[in-house]
Amino acid sequence: MSKVLIAFQENDESRYIVQAIEQDNPDATVHFEPAMIRIENEGALTINKATVEEMMGCDWEVQSIHVNLLTLTGHIDEDDDYFTIHWNN
Amino acid sequence: MSAKKLNLKDKYRLLTRDLDWDFSYEDRKDAFPFEEFEGIKITDWDKWEDPFRLTMDSYWKYQAEKEKKLYAIYDAFSQNNGHLNVSDARYVNAIKIFLTAVSPGELAAHSGFAFTGRQMGGIGARIASQMQSIDELRHIQTQIHAMSHYNKFFDGFDEFSHMHDRVWYISVVKSFFDDARSAGPFEFMVSVGFSFEYVLTNLLFVPFMSGAAYNGDMATVTFGFSAQSDEARHMTLGLEIIKFLLEQHEDNVPIVQKWIDKWLWRGYRILTVVAMMMDYMLPQKVMSWKEAWELYFEQAGGALFKDLERYGIKMPDYTDLIKAEKDHLSHQAWWTFYTNSQATAFHTWIPSDEELDWLSEKYPETFDKYYRPRWELAKEMADKGERYYNEGLPQLCQTCQIPMIYTDVQNDPRDIVYRSTKYQGERFHFCSDQCQHIFEDEPEKYVHAWLPVHQIFQGNCGGPGGLEKVMDYYKLDVGNANMDYVGSPDEERWKNWKGVA
Repeated sequence: MSKVLIAFQENDESRYIVQAIEQDNPDATVHFEPAMIRIENEGALTINKATVEEMMGCDWEVQSIHVNLLTLTGHIDEDDDYFTIHWNN
Repeated sequence: MSAKKLNLKDKYRLLTRDLDWDFSYEDRKDAFPFEEFEGIKITDWDKWEDPFRLTMDSYWKYQAEKEKKLYAIYDAFSQNNGHLNVSDARYVNAIKIFLTAVSPGELAAHSGFAFTGRQMGGIGARIASQMQSIDELRHIQTQIHAMSHYNKFFDGFDEFSHMHDRVWYISVVKSFFDDARSAGPFEFMVSVGFSFEYVLTNLLFVPFMSGAAYNGDMATVTFGFSAQSDEARHMTLGLEIIKFLLEQHEDNVPIVQKWIDKWLWRGYRILTVVAMMMDYMLPQKVMSWKEAWELYFEQAGGALFKDLERYGIKMPDYTDLIKAEKDHLSHQAWWTFYTNSQATAFHTWIPSDEELDWLSEKYPETFDKYYRPRWELAKEMADKGERYYNEGLPQLCQTCQIPMIYTDVQNDPRDIVYRSTKYQGERFHFCSDQCQHIFEDEPEKYVHAWLPVHQIFQGNCGGPGGLEKVMDYYKLDVGNANMDYVGSPDEERWKNWKGVA
Protein backbone atom coordinates (compact mmCIF):
# COMPACT_ATOMS: atom_id res chain seq x y z
CA MET A 1 0.00 0.00 0.00
CA SER A 2 1.17 3.52 -0.73
CA LYS A 3 1.14 6.12 2.00
CA VAL A 4 -1.32 8.99 2.03
CA LEU A 5 -0.12 12.30 3.42
CA ILE A 6 -1.92 15.29 4.89
CA ALA A 7 -0.43 18.41 6.49
CA PHE A 8 -1.85 21.31 8.47
CA GLN A 9 -0.62 24.64 9.75
CA GLU A 10 0.30 24.21 13.36
CA ASN A 11 -2.21 26.07 15.50
CA ASP A 12 -4.81 25.41 18.18
CA GLU A 13 -7.49 24.31 15.74
CA SER A 14 -5.22 21.91 13.88
CA ARG A 15 -4.00 20.33 17.09
CA TYR A 16 -7.53 19.08 17.81
CA ILE A 17 -7.90 17.82 14.25
CA VAL A 18 -4.62 15.97 14.60
CA GLN A 19 -5.72 14.46 17.93
CA ALA A 20 -8.90 13.25 16.26
CA ILE A 21 -6.85 11.74 13.42
CA GLU A 22 -4.60 9.95 15.89
CA GLN A 23 -7.60 8.51 17.71
CA ASP A 24 -9.39 7.30 14.56
CA ASN A 25 -6.26 6.20 12.67
CA PRO A 26 -4.07 4.56 15.30
CA ASP A 27 -1.31 3.59 12.85
CA ALA A 28 -0.84 7.10 11.46
CA THR A 29 2.55 8.74 12.04
CA VAL A 30 2.59 12.39 13.06
CA HIS A 31 5.58 14.63 12.34
CA PHE A 32 5.84 18.04 13.95
CA GLU A 33 7.89 20.30 11.66
CA PRO A 34 8.44 24.07 11.91
CA ALA A 35 5.00 25.73 11.70
CA MET A 36 3.33 22.59 10.36
CA ILE A 37 2.15 19.11 11.23
CA ARG A 38 2.53 16.35 8.65
CA ILE A 39 0.67 13.06 9.01
CA GLU A 40 1.16 9.89 7.00
CA ASN A 41 -0.73 6.64 6.95
CA GLU A 42 -0.70 3.45 4.90
CA GLY A 43 -3.45 3.40 2.27
CA ALA A 44 -6.06 5.71 3.77
CA LEU A 45 -6.79 8.26 6.48
CA THR A 46 -10.10 9.50 7.87
CA ILE A 47 -11.13 12.60 9.77
CA ASN A 48 -14.50 12.25 11.54
CA LYS A 49 -16.54 15.32 12.38
CA ALA A 50 -17.80 13.69 15.59
CA THR A 51 -14.29 12.98 16.88
CA VAL A 52 -13.01 16.48 16.06
CA GLU A 53 -16.03 18.00 17.83
CA GLU A 54 -15.42 15.81 20.85
CA MET A 55 -11.78 17.00 20.99
CA MET A 56 -12.66 20.67 20.44
CA GLY A 57 -15.72 20.70 22.62
CA CYS A 58 -17.64 22.69 20.03
CA ASP A 59 -19.30 22.36 16.62
CA TRP A 60 -16.94 21.91 13.67
CA GLU A 61 -17.78 21.92 9.97
CA VAL A 62 -15.80 19.44 7.88
CA GLN A 63 -15.37 22.03 5.10
CA SER A 64 -13.59 24.39 7.48
CA ILE A 65 -10.63 22.02 7.05
CA HIS A 66 -9.71 24.32 4.12
CA VAL A 67 -8.63 27.09 6.47
CA ASN A 68 -5.66 25.21 7.94
CA LEU A 69 -4.98 22.54 5.33
CA LEU A 70 -1.55 22.69 3.66
CA THR A 71 -1.36 19.70 1.42
CA LEU A 72 -2.63 16.19 0.90
CA THR A 73 -2.19 13.22 -1.40
CA GLY A 74 -4.68 10.60 -2.51
CA HIS A 75 -8.27 10.58 -3.67
CA ILE A 76 -10.71 12.52 -1.55
CA ASP A 77 -14.10 11.46 -0.30
CA GLU A 78 -15.86 14.14 1.69
CA ASP A 79 -19.34 14.42 3.16
CA ASP A 80 -21.06 16.24 6.03
CA ASP A 81 -19.63 14.00 8.72
CA TYR A 82 -16.26 12.74 7.44
CA PHE A 83 -13.26 13.50 5.22
CA THR A 84 -11.20 10.64 3.81
CA ILE A 85 -8.13 10.35 1.60
CA HIS A 86 -7.03 7.06 0.08
CA TRP A 87 -4.91 5.43 -2.61
CA ASN A 88 -6.15 2.48 -4.67
CA ASN A 89 -2.78 0.73 -4.59
CA MET B 1 -41.22 24.99 10.58
CA SER B 2 -37.72 25.94 9.55
CA ALA B 3 -36.36 24.72 6.23
CA LYS B 4 -34.24 21.58 6.45
CA LYS B 5 -30.51 22.27 6.03
CA LEU B 6 -29.16 20.84 2.79
CA ASN B 7 -26.49 18.20 3.03
CA LEU B 8 -23.19 18.72 1.23
CA LYS B 9 -24.05 16.60 -1.81
CA ASP B 10 -27.45 18.25 -2.40
CA LYS B 11 -26.01 21.68 -1.85
CA TYR B 12 -23.26 21.03 -4.39
CA ARG B 13 -25.78 19.69 -6.90
CA LEU B 14 -28.08 22.68 -6.56
CA LEU B 15 -25.47 25.43 -6.30
CA THR B 16 -23.10 24.13 -8.97
CA ARG B 17 -24.69 21.76 -11.45
CA ASP B 18 -27.93 23.69 -11.52
CA LEU B 19 -26.14 26.88 -12.47
CA ASP B 20 -25.56 25.54 -15.99
CA TRP B 21 -28.01 26.09 -18.82
CA ASP B 22 -28.97 24.29 -22.01
CA PHE B 23 -28.40 25.81 -25.41
CA SER B 24 -31.76 25.91 -27.16
CA TYR B 25 -31.11 28.27 -30.08
CA GLU B 26 -27.30 28.42 -30.28
CA ASP B 27 -24.90 25.61 -31.10
CA ARG B 28 -23.12 24.52 -27.93
CA LYS B 29 -19.90 24.19 -29.94
CA ASP B 30 -19.93 27.92 -30.64
CA ALA B 31 -20.07 28.59 -26.92
CA PHE B 32 -17.03 26.38 -26.22
CA PRO B 33 -14.92 26.74 -29.35
CA PHE B 34 -11.69 25.37 -27.83
CA GLU B 35 -13.07 22.13 -26.48
CA GLU B 36 -12.17 19.84 -29.38
CA PHE B 37 -9.09 21.05 -31.23
CA GLU B 38 -6.62 19.41 -28.85
CA GLY B 39 -8.06 16.00 -29.71
CA ILE B 40 -9.58 15.39 -26.27
CA LYS B 41 -12.88 13.56 -26.34
CA ILE B 42 -15.50 14.30 -23.69
CA THR B 43 -18.58 12.11 -23.75
CA ASP B 44 -20.32 13.19 -20.55
CA TRP B 45 -19.46 16.26 -18.48
CA ASP B 46 -21.88 15.10 -15.77
CA LYS B 47 -19.31 12.50 -14.77
CA TRP B 48 -17.14 15.34 -13.45
CA GLU B 49 -16.83 15.13 -9.67
CA ASP B 50 -15.53 17.80 -7.33
CA PRO B 51 -14.59 15.80 -4.26
CA PHE B 52 -14.50 18.92 -2.07
CA ARG B 53 -17.99 19.87 -3.26
CA LEU B 54 -17.12 23.47 -2.62
CA THR B 55 -19.88 25.89 -3.59
CA MET B 56 -19.40 29.62 -4.14
CA ASP B 57 -21.00 30.61 -0.84
CA SER B 58 -18.66 28.35 1.16
CA TYR B 59 -15.74 29.44 -1.00
CA TRP B 60 -16.20 33.11 -0.09
CA LYS B 61 -16.81 32.26 3.55
CA TYR B 62 -13.57 30.31 3.99
CA GLN B 63 -11.49 32.59 1.79
CA ALA B 64 -12.62 35.59 3.84
CA GLU B 65 -11.58 33.78 6.99
CA LYS B 66 -8.14 33.06 5.51
CA GLU B 67 -7.67 36.69 4.45
CA LYS B 68 -8.63 38.04 7.89
CA LYS B 69 -6.09 35.82 9.57
CA LEU B 70 -3.44 36.67 7.01
CA TYR B 71 -3.80 40.44 7.21
CA ALA B 72 -3.92 40.41 11.00
CA ILE B 73 -0.50 38.75 10.90
CA TYR B 74 0.84 41.17 8.28
CA ASP B 75 -0.18 44.08 10.53
CA ALA B 76 1.53 42.50 13.52
CA PHE B 77 4.60 41.71 11.46
CA SER B 78 5.13 45.24 10.21
CA GLN B 79 4.06 46.96 13.45
CA ASN B 80 6.69 44.93 15.29
CA ASN B 81 9.60 45.37 12.86
CA GLY B 82 9.28 41.74 11.87
CA HIS B 83 12.20 41.94 9.42
CA LEU B 84 14.56 42.20 12.42
CA ASN B 85 13.56 38.73 13.55
CA VAL B 86 14.80 36.77 10.54
CA SER B 87 17.72 34.46 11.26
CA ASP B 88 20.11 36.41 9.04
CA ALA B 89 19.80 39.07 6.35
CA ARG B 90 21.20 36.65 3.78
CA TYR B 91 17.90 34.80 4.03
CA VAL B 92 15.95 37.80 2.65
CA ASN B 93 17.54 37.11 -0.74
CA ALA B 94 15.46 33.97 -1.06
CA ILE B 95 12.29 35.99 -0.92
CA LYS B 96 13.66 38.49 -3.43
CA ILE B 97 13.78 35.52 -5.80
CA PHE B 98 10.27 34.62 -4.72
CA LEU B 99 8.88 38.05 -5.56
CA THR B 100 10.68 38.49 -8.87
CA ALA B 101 10.39 34.95 -10.21
CA VAL B 102 7.47 33.20 -8.49
CA SER B 103 4.83 35.82 -7.74
CA PRO B 104 4.36 36.93 -11.37
CA GLY B 105 3.67 33.26 -12.13
CA GLU B 106 0.66 33.51 -9.84
CA LEU B 107 -0.71 36.29 -12.02
CA ALA B 108 -0.10 34.22 -15.15
CA ALA B 109 -1.91 31.29 -13.52
CA HIS B 110 -4.80 33.62 -12.68
CA SER B 111 -5.17 34.56 -16.33
CA GLY B 112 -4.78 30.95 -17.47
CA PHE B 113 -7.52 29.68 -15.18
CA ALA B 114 -9.81 32.54 -16.18
CA PHE B 115 -9.47 31.31 -19.77
CA THR B 116 -9.90 27.66 -18.82
CA GLY B 117 -12.79 28.51 -16.54
CA ARG B 118 -14.53 30.04 -19.53
CA GLN B 119 -13.71 27.37 -22.09
CA MET B 120 -14.61 24.09 -20.43
CA GLY B 121 -18.02 22.77 -21.36
CA GLY B 122 -18.79 21.28 -17.94
CA ILE B 123 -20.13 23.55 -15.24
CA GLY B 124 -18.37 21.73 -12.36
CA ALA B 125 -14.95 22.18 -13.96
CA ARG B 126 -15.76 25.77 -14.93
CA ILE B 127 -16.64 26.77 -11.38
CA ALA B 128 -13.60 25.02 -9.89
CA SER B 129 -11.37 26.83 -12.43
CA GLN B 130 -13.05 30.13 -11.63
CA MET B 131 -12.30 29.66 -7.93
CA GLN B 132 -8.70 28.83 -8.76
CA SER B 133 -8.42 31.91 -10.96
CA ILE B 134 -9.55 34.10 -8.07
CA ASP B 135 -7.17 32.28 -5.71
CA GLU B 136 -4.19 32.99 -7.95
CA LEU B 137 -5.02 36.69 -8.00
CA ARG B 138 -5.22 36.57 -4.20
CA HIS B 139 -1.80 34.93 -4.13
CA ILE B 140 0.04 37.60 -6.09
CA GLN B 141 -1.68 40.36 -4.13
CA THR B 142 -0.88 38.88 -0.75
CA GLN B 143 2.71 38.16 -1.79
CA ILE B 144 3.26 41.75 -2.89
CA HIS B 145 1.72 42.97 0.35
CA ALA B 146 3.91 40.71 2.47
CA MET B 147 7.09 41.77 0.72
CA SER B 148 6.26 45.46 0.66
CA HIS B 149 7.47 45.53 4.25
CA TYR B 150 10.87 44.09 3.28
CA ASN B 151 11.03 46.54 0.41
CA LYS B 152 11.34 49.36 2.94
CA PHE B 153 14.51 47.90 4.42
CA PHE B 154 16.30 45.80 1.77
CA ASP B 155 17.46 46.30 -1.81
CA GLY B 156 16.23 44.33 -4.79
CA PHE B 157 12.44 44.27 -4.33
CA ASP B 158 11.26 47.44 -6.00
CA GLU B 159 11.42 46.63 -9.72
CA PHE B 160 10.07 43.07 -9.73
CA SER B 161 7.31 43.89 -12.19
CA HIS B 162 9.64 45.59 -14.66
CA MET B 163 12.19 42.78 -14.35
CA HIS B 164 9.71 40.02 -15.03
CA ASP B 165 9.64 40.70 -18.77
CA ARG B 166 13.39 41.20 -19.12
CA VAL B 167 15.82 39.55 -16.72
CA TRP B 168 17.55 36.37 -17.85
CA TYR B 169 16.71 33.90 -15.09
CA ILE B 170 13.20 35.25 -14.60
CA SER B 171 12.43 34.46 -18.23
CA VAL B 172 12.56 30.78 -17.24
CA VAL B 173 9.37 31.02 -15.20
CA LYS B 174 7.76 33.44 -17.62
CA SER B 175 8.35 31.08 -20.52
CA PHE B 176 6.77 28.20 -18.58
CA PHE B 177 3.54 30.09 -18.04
CA ASP B 178 3.52 31.61 -21.53
CA ASP B 179 3.88 28.13 -22.95
CA ALA B 180 1.03 26.82 -20.75
CA ARG B 181 -1.30 29.75 -21.39
CA SER B 182 -0.86 29.55 -25.15
CA ALA B 183 -1.96 25.90 -25.11
CA GLY B 184 -5.58 24.76 -25.20
CA PRO B 185 -7.71 24.51 -22.05
CA PHE B 186 -7.06 20.82 -21.40
CA GLU B 187 -3.32 21.06 -21.87
CA PHE B 188 -3.30 24.08 -19.58
CA MET B 189 -5.11 22.03 -16.94
CA VAL B 190 -2.55 19.25 -17.19
CA SER B 191 0.38 21.69 -17.18
CA VAL B 192 -0.56 23.90 -14.25
CA GLY B 193 -3.46 22.08 -12.61
CA PHE B 194 -1.84 18.67 -12.58
CA SER B 195 1.92 18.70 -13.18
CA PHE B 196 2.67 21.94 -11.41
CA GLU B 197 0.08 21.99 -8.64
CA TYR B 198 -0.26 18.33 -7.89
CA VAL B 199 3.22 17.04 -8.40
CA LEU B 200 5.54 20.00 -7.85
CA THR B 201 4.10 22.99 -5.93
CA ASN B 202 4.40 21.17 -2.63
CA LEU B 203 8.17 21.46 -2.85
CA LEU B 204 8.03 25.25 -2.79
CA PHE B 205 5.06 25.90 -0.56
CA VAL B 206 5.50 23.24 2.11
CA PRO B 207 9.15 22.50 3.03
CA PHE B 208 10.50 25.88 1.90
CA MET B 209 7.76 27.72 3.81
CA SER B 210 8.36 25.60 6.86
CA GLY B 211 12.00 26.70 6.47
CA ALA B 212 10.88 30.35 6.23
CA ALA B 213 9.06 29.91 9.55
CA TYR B 214 12.14 28.31 11.07
CA ASN B 215 14.16 31.32 9.94
CA GLY B 216 11.79 33.74 11.64
CA ASP B 217 10.07 35.07 8.53
CA MET B 218 6.54 35.46 9.83
CA ALA B 219 5.29 37.29 6.73
CA THR B 220 6.44 34.75 4.18
CA VAL B 221 5.34 31.62 6.00
CA THR B 222 1.96 33.23 6.53
CA PHE B 223 1.30 34.07 2.90
CA GLY B 224 2.90 30.79 1.87
CA PHE B 225 0.69 28.65 4.05
CA SER B 226 -2.38 30.74 3.27
CA ALA B 227 -1.72 30.23 -0.45
CA GLN B 228 -0.98 26.58 0.12
CA SER B 229 -4.37 26.08 1.78
CA ASP B 230 -5.76 27.01 -1.66
CA GLU B 231 -3.21 24.81 -3.39
CA ALA B 232 -4.56 21.78 -1.55
CA ARG B 233 -7.81 22.41 -3.41
CA HIS B 234 -5.95 23.11 -6.68
CA MET B 235 -4.15 19.80 -6.37
CA THR B 236 -7.46 18.05 -6.02
CA LEU B 237 -8.73 19.80 -9.13
CA GLY B 238 -5.60 18.77 -11.02
CA LEU B 239 -5.96 15.11 -10.06
CA GLU B 240 -9.67 15.21 -10.84
CA ILE B 241 -9.15 16.59 -14.34
CA ILE B 242 -6.62 13.87 -15.10
CA LYS B 243 -8.90 11.08 -13.89
CA PHE B 244 -11.84 12.62 -15.71
CA LEU B 245 -10.00 12.86 -19.05
CA LEU B 246 -8.69 9.32 -18.75
CA GLU B 247 -12.12 7.90 -17.91
CA GLN B 248 -13.90 9.80 -20.64
CA HIS B 249 -12.23 8.15 -23.64
CA GLU B 250 -9.31 5.83 -24.27
CA ASP B 251 -8.11 8.11 -27.08
CA ASN B 252 -7.34 10.69 -24.42
CA VAL B 253 -4.71 8.48 -22.78
CA PRO B 254 -1.77 9.05 -25.17
CA ILE B 255 -2.52 12.78 -25.36
CA VAL B 256 -2.56 13.09 -21.58
CA GLN B 257 0.61 10.99 -21.28
CA LYS B 258 2.42 13.28 -23.68
CA TRP B 259 1.31 16.35 -21.73
CA ILE B 260 2.35 14.79 -18.42
CA ASP B 261 5.79 13.95 -19.85
CA LYS B 262 6.24 17.47 -21.14
CA TRP B 263 4.90 19.47 -18.22
CA LEU B 264 6.38 17.44 -15.43
CA TRP B 265 9.74 18.06 -17.04
CA ARG B 266 9.20 21.78 -17.60
CA GLY B 267 8.00 22.22 -14.02
CA TYR B 268 10.83 20.13 -12.64
CA ARG B 269 13.38 22.32 -14.43
CA ILE B 270 11.93 25.42 -12.73
CA LEU B 271 12.34 23.73 -9.36
CA THR B 272 16.10 23.97 -9.82
CA VAL B 273 15.91 27.38 -8.19
CA VAL B 274 13.80 26.06 -5.31
CA ALA B 275 16.43 23.37 -4.69
CA MET B 276 19.01 26.12 -4.30
CA MET B 277 16.75 28.25 -2.08
CA MET B 278 16.35 25.31 0.29
CA ASP B 279 19.95 24.14 0.44
CA TYR B 280 21.82 27.46 0.27
CA MET B 281 19.53 30.31 1.25
CA LEU B 282 17.99 29.16 4.55
CA PRO B 283 20.58 29.95 7.25
CA GLN B 284 18.73 27.69 9.70
CA LYS B 285 18.38 24.31 8.03
CA VAL B 286 15.20 22.26 8.16
CA MET B 287 15.40 19.66 5.42
CA SER B 288 17.68 19.28 2.42
CA TRP B 289 16.36 19.56 -1.10
CA LYS B 290 17.09 15.90 -1.59
CA GLU B 291 15.05 14.90 1.47
CA ALA B 292 12.15 17.11 0.42
CA TRP B 293 12.29 15.66 -3.09
CA GLU B 294 12.23 12.10 -1.76
CA LEU B 295 9.24 12.79 0.46
CA TYR B 296 7.10 14.99 -1.78
CA PHE B 297 8.02 13.68 -5.21
CA GLU B 298 9.36 10.16 -4.96
CA GLN B 299 7.02 8.96 -2.22
CA ALA B 300 3.90 11.04 -2.84
CA GLY B 301 4.28 11.30 -6.63
CA GLY B 302 5.22 7.61 -6.83
CA ALA B 303 1.96 6.63 -5.10
CA LEU B 304 0.04 8.83 -7.49
CA PHE B 305 1.57 7.31 -10.62
CA LYS B 306 0.97 3.82 -9.27
CA ASP B 307 -2.71 4.71 -9.06
CA LEU B 308 -2.74 6.10 -12.58
CA GLU B 309 -1.32 2.85 -13.98
CA ARG B 310 -4.84 1.42 -14.21
CA TYR B 311 -5.58 4.02 -16.88
CA GLY B 312 -2.45 3.16 -18.84
CA ILE B 313 -0.46 6.17 -17.59
CA LYS B 314 3.24 5.63 -16.86
CA MET B 315 5.82 7.59 -14.92
CA PRO B 316 7.77 9.61 -17.49
CA ASP B 317 10.78 7.71 -18.81
CA TYR B 318 13.21 10.30 -17.42
CA THR B 319 12.36 9.27 -13.84
CA ASP B 320 15.79 7.69 -13.30
CA LEU B 321 17.51 10.84 -14.51
CA ILE B 322 15.68 13.13 -12.10
CA LYS B 323 16.34 10.67 -9.30
CA ALA B 324 20.06 11.01 -10.03
CA GLU B 325 19.90 14.81 -10.41
CA LYS B 326 18.60 15.36 -6.87
CA ASP B 327 22.20 15.01 -5.64
CA HIS B 328 23.43 17.79 -7.95
CA LEU B 329 20.67 20.28 -8.69
CA SER B 330 21.01 22.78 -5.86
CA HIS B 331 24.83 22.88 -6.07
CA GLN B 332 24.88 23.55 -9.80
CA ALA B 333 22.27 26.27 -9.45
CA TRP B 334 23.91 28.15 -6.56
CA TRP B 335 27.28 28.03 -8.29
CA THR B 336 25.69 29.51 -11.41
CA PHE B 337 24.07 32.35 -9.51
CA TYR B 338 27.17 32.93 -7.39
CA THR B 339 29.35 33.31 -10.45
CA ASN B 340 26.81 35.50 -12.29
CA SER B 341 25.79 37.56 -9.30
CA GLN B 342 26.65 40.84 -11.01
CA ALA B 343 23.52 40.31 -13.13
CA THR B 344 21.00 39.10 -10.55
CA ALA B 345 18.52 41.04 -8.44
CA PHE B 346 19.72 39.43 -5.22
CA HIS B 347 22.94 38.72 -3.35
CA THR B 348 24.91 35.49 -3.27
CA TRP B 349 27.66 34.33 -0.93
CA ILE B 350 30.07 31.53 -0.16
CA PRO B 351 28.51 29.06 2.30
CA SER B 352 30.04 29.20 5.78
CA ASP B 353 32.18 26.29 6.98
CA GLU B 354 29.24 24.95 9.03
CA GLU B 355 27.02 25.16 5.98
CA LEU B 356 29.58 23.34 3.85
CA ASP B 357 29.73 20.61 6.50
CA TRP B 358 25.93 20.34 6.47
CA LEU B 359 25.96 20.00 2.67
CA SER B 360 28.68 17.32 2.88
CA GLU B 361 26.55 15.42 5.36
CA LYS B 362 23.34 15.71 3.34
CA TYR B 363 25.00 14.91 0.01
CA PRO B 364 27.63 12.30 0.87
CA GLU B 365 27.82 10.90 -2.67
CA THR B 366 28.45 14.15 -4.49
CA PHE B 367 29.24 17.22 -2.44
CA ASP B 368 32.80 16.54 -1.36
CA LYS B 369 33.69 15.02 -4.68
CA TYR B 370 32.30 17.61 -7.10
CA TYR B 371 31.18 20.76 -5.33
CA ARG B 372 33.03 21.45 -2.08
CA PRO B 373 36.38 22.01 -3.81
CA ARG B 374 34.82 24.77 -5.89
CA TRP B 375 33.69 26.62 -2.79
CA GLU B 376 37.08 26.23 -1.22
CA LEU B 377 38.66 27.72 -4.32
CA ALA B 378 36.06 30.52 -4.39
CA LYS B 379 36.89 31.30 -0.78
CA GLU B 380 40.60 31.35 -1.48
CA MET B 381 40.03 33.79 -4.34
CA ALA B 382 37.65 35.98 -2.35
CA ASP B 383 40.12 36.12 0.55
CA LYS B 384 42.72 37.47 -1.88
CA GLY B 385 40.24 40.14 -3.01
CA GLU B 386 39.55 38.31 -6.27
CA ARG B 387 35.91 37.36 -5.79
CA TYR B 388 35.04 35.52 -9.01
CA TYR B 389 32.39 36.79 -11.42
CA ASN B 390 31.78 35.19 -14.78
CA GLU B 391 32.10 37.89 -17.41
CA GLY B 392 30.68 35.91 -20.30
CA LEU B 393 27.05 35.31 -21.11
CA PRO B 394 25.80 31.74 -20.89
CA GLN B 395 24.24 29.76 -23.70
CA LEU B 396 20.56 29.16 -23.01
CA CYS B 397 18.34 26.17 -23.65
CA GLN B 398 15.82 27.00 -26.36
CA THR B 399 12.98 25.29 -24.49
CA CYS B 400 13.40 25.95 -20.74
CA GLN B 401 15.62 29.05 -21.20
CA ILE B 402 17.93 27.90 -18.39
CA PRO B 403 21.67 28.32 -19.02
CA MET B 404 23.48 25.13 -19.97
CA ILE B 405 24.41 24.20 -16.42
CA TYR B 406 23.21 20.64 -16.12
CA THR B 407 25.73 17.85 -16.25
CA ASP B 408 25.61 14.24 -17.32
CA VAL B 409 24.89 12.93 -13.82
CA GLN B 410 24.28 9.34 -14.91
CA ASN B 411 27.64 8.99 -16.62
CA ASP B 412 30.20 11.63 -15.77
CA PRO B 413 28.83 14.46 -13.61
CA ARG B 414 31.71 16.68 -14.77
CA ASP B 415 30.45 16.81 -18.36
CA ILE B 416 27.91 19.44 -19.32
CA VAL B 417 24.99 18.14 -21.38
CA TYR B 418 24.69 19.86 -24.76
CA ARG B 419 22.02 18.84 -27.24
CA SER B 420 21.11 20.49 -30.50
CA THR B 421 18.88 20.02 -33.50
CA LYS B 422 18.38 21.73 -36.84
CA TYR B 423 15.06 23.19 -37.84
CA GLN B 424 14.53 25.05 -41.14
CA GLY B 425 18.25 25.51 -41.56
CA GLU B 426 18.86 26.95 -38.10
CA ARG B 427 20.49 25.20 -35.18
CA PHE B 428 18.80 25.22 -31.76
CA HIS B 429 20.42 24.24 -28.47
CA PHE B 430 19.08 22.34 -25.46
CA CYS B 431 20.08 21.47 -21.92
CA SER B 432 18.69 17.95 -22.11
CA ASP B 433 17.12 15.27 -24.28
CA GLN B 434 13.76 16.13 -22.74
CA CYS B 435 13.89 19.81 -23.69
CA GLN B 436 14.99 18.78 -27.18
CA HIS B 437 12.01 16.39 -27.51
CA ILE B 438 9.60 19.09 -26.38
CA PHE B 439 11.00 21.42 -29.04
CA GLU B 440 10.92 18.78 -31.77
CA ASP B 441 7.30 17.99 -31.02
CA GLU B 442 6.18 21.60 -31.54
CA PRO B 443 9.10 23.55 -33.04
CA GLU B 444 6.94 26.45 -34.18
CA LYS B 445 6.09 27.17 -30.58
CA TYR B 446 9.71 27.67 -29.56
CA VAL B 447 11.67 28.97 -32.56
CA HIS B 448 10.77 32.56 -31.73
CA ALA B 449 11.26 32.25 -27.98
CA TRP B 450 12.54 35.49 -26.41
CA LEU B 451 15.89 34.27 -25.14
CA PRO B 452 17.51 36.92 -22.94
CA VAL B 453 21.10 36.24 -24.01
CA HIS B 454 20.23 36.31 -27.72
CA GLN B 455 18.34 39.53 -27.17
CA ILE B 456 21.32 41.11 -25.41
CA PHE B 457 23.62 40.20 -28.32
CA GLN B 458 21.09 41.54 -30.80
CA GLY B 459 21.17 44.88 -28.99
CA ASN B 460 17.54 44.65 -27.84
CA CYS B 461 18.26 45.08 -24.13
CA GLY B 462 19.32 48.69 -23.81
CA GLY B 463 21.14 48.74 -27.11
CA PRO B 464 24.70 47.70 -27.97
CA GLY B 465 27.44 48.80 -25.62
CA GLY B 466 28.09 46.27 -22.94
CA LEU B 467 26.56 44.89 -19.81
CA GLU B 468 26.21 48.23 -18.10
CA LYS B 469 23.46 49.18 -20.55
CA VAL B 470 21.78 45.83 -20.00
CA MET B 471 21.72 46.41 -16.25
CA ASP B 472 20.07 49.80 -16.80
CA TYR B 473 17.55 48.13 -19.06
CA TYR B 474 16.83 45.62 -16.27
CA LYS B 475 16.63 48.54 -13.76
CA LEU B 476 19.14 46.63 -11.69
CA ASP B 477 20.85 48.68 -9.02
CA VAL B 478 24.34 47.27 -9.61
CA GLY B 479 26.53 47.00 -6.55
CA ASN B 480 23.62 47.61 -4.18
CA ALA B 481 20.95 45.09 -5.08
CA ASN B 482 23.31 42.42 -6.42
CA MET B 483 26.84 40.97 -6.26
CA ASP B 484 28.19 39.44 -3.06
CA TYR B 485 26.27 39.80 0.18
CA VAL B 486 29.56 40.48 1.91
CA GLY B 487 30.13 44.20 1.68
CA SER B 488 26.59 44.97 0.49
CA PRO B 489 24.38 47.76 1.88
CA ASP B 490 21.99 45.01 3.05
CA GLU B 491 24.76 43.55 5.19
CA GLU B 492 25.80 46.92 6.53
CA ARG B 493 22.26 47.87 7.56
CA TRP B 494 21.71 44.48 9.15
CA LYS B 495 24.86 44.80 11.22
CA ASN B 496 23.83 48.27 12.35
CA TRP B 497 20.38 47.07 13.41
CA LYS B 498 21.85 44.15 15.25
CA GLY B 499 24.68 46.12 16.80
CA VAL B 500 27.32 43.89 15.25
CA ALA B 501 30.61 45.49 14.32
